[in-house]
This record gives sequence, C-alpha cells and structure tokens, in this order.
Amino acid sequence: MELVCPAGTPAALRAAVDAGAHCIYCGFADETNARNFPGLNFSRAELAEAVGYAHARGAKVLVAINTFPTAGQEALWHSAVADAERAGADAVILADLGLLAYTAEHHPDLRRHLSVQAAAANPDAINFYASAFDVRRVVLPRVLSVEEIAAINKEIDVETEVFVFGGLCVMAEGRCSLSSYATGRSPNMNGVCSPPEHVDYATEGNESVARLGGFTIHRTPKGGAAPYPTLCKGCFTSGDKTGHVFEDAVSLDASALVPRLAQAGVTALKIEGRQRSKAYVAQIVRAFRAVTDALDEGRAPPALALARLSEGQAATTGAYAKTWR
Amino acid sequence: MDLTVAPNPFFWNAEAVRCFYAGLADAPVARVVLGELVCSKRLPFWQDEIPQAIAALQAGGKEVALTSLALITLKRERKLTADLLGMGLPVEVNDLSALHHIPEDVPFWVGPLVNVYNEGTLRWLARRGATRICLPPELPMASIAVLAQVAQAEGVALEVWGHGRLPLAISGRCYHARLHERAKDSCQFVCDQDPDGRDVDTLEGQSFLAVNGVQTLSQAYACMADHAARLQQMGISALRLQPQSMGFDAICADYAQLLAGDMTSAALISKLSAAHPDMQFCDGFGRDGAGASWGAKPVLA
Amino acid sequence: MQQARENVTIPKILTAPMHVLPLWPVSIALSQLARKLLRAHPTILSRIDKYQENLFELDITDLPFILRLHPARAELRAFRRSAAPDADARISGSLAAFLAMLHGVEDGDSLYFSGSLQIEGDTSAVLALRNALDDAELDLSTEIANALPLLAPPLRLALAPLEKLTGLHLQRADTTPEVY
Repeated sequence: MELVCPAGTPAALRAAVDAGAHCIYCGFADETNARNFPGLNFSRAELAEAVGYAHARGAKVLVAINTFPTAGQEALWHSAVADAERAGADAVILADLGLLAYTAEHHPDLRRHLSVQAAAANPDAINFYASAFDVRRVVLPRVLSVEEIAAINKEIDVETEVFVFGGLCVMAEGRCSLSSYATGRSPNMNGVCSPPEHVDYATEGNESVARLGGFTIHRTPKGGAAPYPTLCKGCFTSGDKTGHVFEDAVSLDASALVPRLAQAGVTALKIEGRQRSKAYVAQIVRAFRAVTDALDEGRAPPALALARLSEGQAATTGAYAKTWR
Repeated sequence: MDLTVAPNPFFWNAEAVRCFYAGLADAPVARVVLGELVCSKRLPFWQDEIPQAIAALQAGGKEVALTSLALITLKRERKLTADLLGMGLPVEVNDLSALHHIPEDVPFWVGPLVNVYNEGTLRWLARRGATRICLPPELPMASIAVLAQVAQAEGVALEVWGHGRLPLAISGRCYHARLHERAKDSCQFVCDQDPDGRDVDTLEGQSFLAVNGVQTLSQAYACMADHAARLQQMGISALRLQPQSMGFDAICADYAQLLAGDMTSAALISKLSAAHPDMQFCDGFGRDGAGASWGAKPVLA
Repeated sequence: MQQARENVTIPKILTAPMHVLPLWPVSIALSQLARKLLRAHPTILSRIDKYQENLFELDITDLPFILRLHPARAELRAFRRSAAPDADARISGSLAAFLAMLHGVEDGDSLYFSGSLQIEGDTSAVLALRNALDDAELDLSTEIANALPLLAPPLRLALAPLEKLTGLHLQRADTTPEVY
C-alpha cells in the first residue's frame, strides 16, 4: 500500500522521504491550501527543489490546492495549479468544482485527486467526479466505516485513499463553517480551522482557559495536557450535560485497521499533519512504513505506540470501527 | 427580490408538519423547498404529509421543490435520492452526489449546503442545468457581489440566507444520540424533543451552537434584514427563510413587508426581538466578520 | 527505545552562579549568536514573515533569567524575570524541552499537548516562529561554535560529556526515536 505523508516545510518533506514515505503532500504558502498556517508551506522555488529531492529518491509529491477559490480571485488558484505542474508535481489534490473543471480543461495531463474537502462519501459522488473531471483518486471523508469503504470500492473504478493517523474532523470535511462562525475565517475560504490569531490562552486561578474568537473552548487544570482550541473538540454544556458534545480531544489512529483497509480495496493510506514538525512526521512515517512493509511481505504488522504524539494523547478509530453508529 | 422557505431541518411530528405547511400556503413567500434534509431515518414519520403539503402550497401559488439529503451515505439514501426525480418537481441538490441521478437536460436547484464559492463553480453548475442557487451562508458580501453578476449573465437565480439558525456543519455522527448516550442506530429519535435544535453553550454560559441530529447550527438566529437592500441592489433574487417552530407566519409577513419597502429593517428587528425575547440574533457573515456577531457589535459584546 | 528527555532539568550547580552574575555579557553573546544564525538561515525570517517585529519571550524555566527575541532586529537578550518588558508572545518550558524541539527530536505540538511547553499571547506568532525554526534544521552547538569561535573548542570538547551528564539534546538529531 502507498503511504501518503504530510510536509509543512521542505525540512519536513526531506524527513518524510528519508523515513520511507512513498508519497508526500504539501501546499503553497497562501490561501490555496487547507493548512494555511503562519510559517508553514512552500514557495514555488521550494516546491521545485522538494520535487527534485523526492523524485531522486523514488518518492512522489502531491500538491494540495484544496480550498474553495474566492470569487473574483480565482487567478491565484489557477496559477497554483499551473505552478504545481511546472514544478513537476505528480498530482494535484482539488476540492472545488470550478477548479476541477478548470484543471481538467487547461491541464489535462496533470493527474487529479479529489480532496477530502470535497466530502465525496458515496459511490454516486465519486463516480460523478470521476466522469465529470477524470479524477483518478478520491480521498475518502472520515465519516465512513471499513465495511462502507469496501462497498464503495466495489462500485467505483478510481483509487481510494483514507486517513489513518492524525487530526480528526468529526464533521464532513469541506462542509463546516463552525470556524468562520466564531472567527470569520474558515477551512473552505481561508485554509484554516480555528485560526491561531483568534486563539487566546489565559490562566485564570488554577485553570488554563483557551478561547477562540471569544468563545471558551476548554478549561483545563493548569499544567496538564492542553488541547489546541479546535471548535469541534471543545468542552461545552447542553442542558444537563457538560462534556465533549462533538468529539473528545482525541486523534485518529487506524494503524490496527490497516490490514482490513487493504482488504477493503484501499490504495493509499494518508497521514494528517502538515502543521506538525519534522520530528513528528519522521516518527509517524517510519512507524507506518513498518506496517505497510509487513503487510507487503505477508507478516503481521507491528502494533504502534503513537499516543504520545496525539492531540489529547488519546486515539480513536473514528468512524472506521462503526462505533459512531 | 422575493422569499424562499428553506426545507425544515428539524424533526417535527406529522401533525406539526401538516399545520406548518397548511399555514404557509397563504404566506407571502414565492417558493418552498420541502423534504428531509438532515436524517433519512426521520422520513417514515412524516413523509405521508408531503403530497398534501405540496398540493396546499401549489394551490396557494407557491413554487415547490424537493430537497436531497445533506449527507448521503447509505444505499437506501442513494435510492431515495434517485427517486426524488420521479416526482415531477425540481430537485434542490444539497449533496453533490444527487447530480449523478439528474440527467443533463433536467434543470435543478442548488441548496446552501453545496459549496458554491466562485464564478467557476457557479458557471459549471449553470451549464449543467442549475437554474437557482442558494449561496453558502459564510460567503462574504464581496463574493456575493461577484457571483450575482455571473449569475445574471448565466440566467441563474441567486439566493442568500435571510433568516434562521445557520446550518454550520453536517456529520456522520449524531450529536443528539451522543448527548443521550445512545448509538446512532438506536437513537430512538430523540431529536424530536427539540423542535428548533438543542442549545449548546460554552462552559462560561455563552450561547454558541445548537445541535440537530447530525447537523450543527448556530444558536443565534441569522437575521439579514439590515443587508436586504444591498443584496437587492446586487441583483440577488431571493432571501431564504428557515422554518422555526414559533412565529414563522409573522416572520414571513415581516420580511415580505421589508422587501416591499413597507417596513424598515429596524422595525423588523425590534418586532422580532419583542416577539422572541429569548432569541439571539447574528448577521456577522453579512459584515464580513465572525458569523456570530450581530449588528455593529463585536461577538459576545 | 530511546528515552524521551523533555522532562530533565539543568542541575542547580550549573545555574546558581547566573543568579548573581550581570546579564549584559550574556545578552551581547546571545545577540551575536542570533545575528549570525539569522544570516546563515535567511528562510527563518521569511517564514516568520509579518511577525518579525514581534517580541517573543522564551521563558526557559530552569534558567534564572528569561530571553527576549526580536527577529527583525536580530536581538536576543536576557532579562531578570522581574525586569522584563511585555512581549507579544510567550513560550515557556524547560531547557530540555526547548532544545529537543529545536533539534528536531521532539514535536512542538506533542510537547504542548503534554504540558511540557506552554504558550501565551499571540498564538500565530508562536506558530510562525516554531515552523520557521523547524524548517531551518538547526544544530545549536554548531551555531554557537560559528558565532562565538572563542568558545568553540572547549564547547566541542564539553558537548558529549555534557549531554550525558544533563540528559539534554545539545545537538541536532540524526535519527528519530523508535516509536514501536
């Protein structure tokens, strides 16, 4: 199976390649990609150099241009597609209908993957994108069980890629405006969820308080594990219930499900975390490469101990294990 | 500019649905989108009301369309979507996979849960057969202005969210079931206890969100009255009003008066506030800020 | 499996003299280091981008003073905790945690999630600085040797035993720890 690994910086890309990534995804340092954080991402020159580094070592580079272009400013997204092709990218990862149509028309030879931000959650949606824009691979939204993924793969001709580790959107990706409701900036428009410039940490008494756009997302004992105030992982009150109404502060770890995902017909395993450091990327990639190597050689994959690297230092198998049902 | 009534996202019993659409037949709105948007499991409880509701609304001179589900995953949900086309009414696409079932020559509408952010997407949908598009609520005014021009050139009617709790997210997980410590498959339809969604506050008691089964809404009610004139100038053809359990007739009447120039936005807002003293409002997306903000005030002020 | 070392602290015997010594020589040496380092790694400033004019407070909790970084002016100065001016953003944690992050041994987010690092103030600025330094692939002992050549030979000699003695990551990691 192909391991698709994140890189927020050229150093992280090199670390991922060196750690055994088959494929690295990254984005330009602007609003065209869904991890538009300060200090992160690639200039045009950095991308070209990174593609050279990866290709020389047999790894591929995918460029995520997976936000929804702003009306009146589509040229920025169009030039991102052209620049990705010029840099030698092996594919672009797109979500917007208009941008897919543009790319299919103007860059027909540039391989197109459908971003998770397009939330194509059933065979009809996938077949629609495949027939309309010749999309070759679909990154599946994190709302599906392994059984559902297997069923989808029986009805489609394109490759599927699924998330196996990292941050977990509990909402259908690309269809969530919680962040802009609280801050004015959203993943779809600006490539950021719960953007850091709207985050405020404060110490009040014996508690650390994290607020987003003025809304309290967490109150935790001072000095303890402190989750980033991502809206859907917050602690709220509803009626007589107080807790994580949407999702606990956990991240996805489907490493134990990799053999079943392989049986379900999945082509590629994706690791989330372009906003994480090169240390993180290298550790996760090496761990998962051991799993895919074992699988390729018919051995039982090693159990991974990755909790220390996870948000909230706890992991879930998300929708894959059907516990959401 | 006229008014469109959004599909009711909440789980109401058959009688409540019957009364609501019977009342709406005489309301000063141009069109109504009907059907189950949020959860296919709810449909058996009220689907028998749909034919009468359509008949009553059409008798009242309303244009009627049927919505797709917002998130289609199960086989029976795909079948349900394919079946929508056989009913002879326009289909409002709220999950793009519905397009797979719509033949190239059949016109359709596009709801606010489809990502239409730019000219390229709008043009593509128009050429595929979209005749009416309601833009996503988070879209800034500058984008709406650009898209209004493109829509006019393409012959597409453009709508903007006008009133009601904002549809902010859709999920594979049911939050109502989770709050009741039940699995989604054995939810026992607990979302019927909250006809306008269940409030979610912050730990400090700030009113924030509302959950409605697999959907998350704003707790504040969007009210775009202050922006109606500007939207009208841009060439937006309709404001969309979302059903709510209390006082919806008056809301339709007031917004109709606003559009006709017979009521100021200030009067509409003060009437609304008087009728619903516990209701919070927001219009931040219309001011290119955080959606939760209201008027010139910053969030939470 | 290599032991995670973000929780070790500097032995008091090493920090005690710093309580009484004046800080201005430290500030001069540190600013020399910052200037040379930023010149050798120009992408650090370009990644910090619009936060270059921000004042960052680095509160290394086991040192008797705190550090203030002004990227655009290439100033890295030491202050007594009581006498420090207000900063735009503040990162606090042990020297071990800072060094492990800087040398690519530990992930900044993981240190933060586990409470080993704390941040206050402008989170964007902190992220920009963190990401810029992460991309630079720094080796602090080499940077110190380059910036302060007089210190270099004794430093080089002292490094390995000092790493062993203190358990700190004083050099860039060539390999990442095993996690399974």
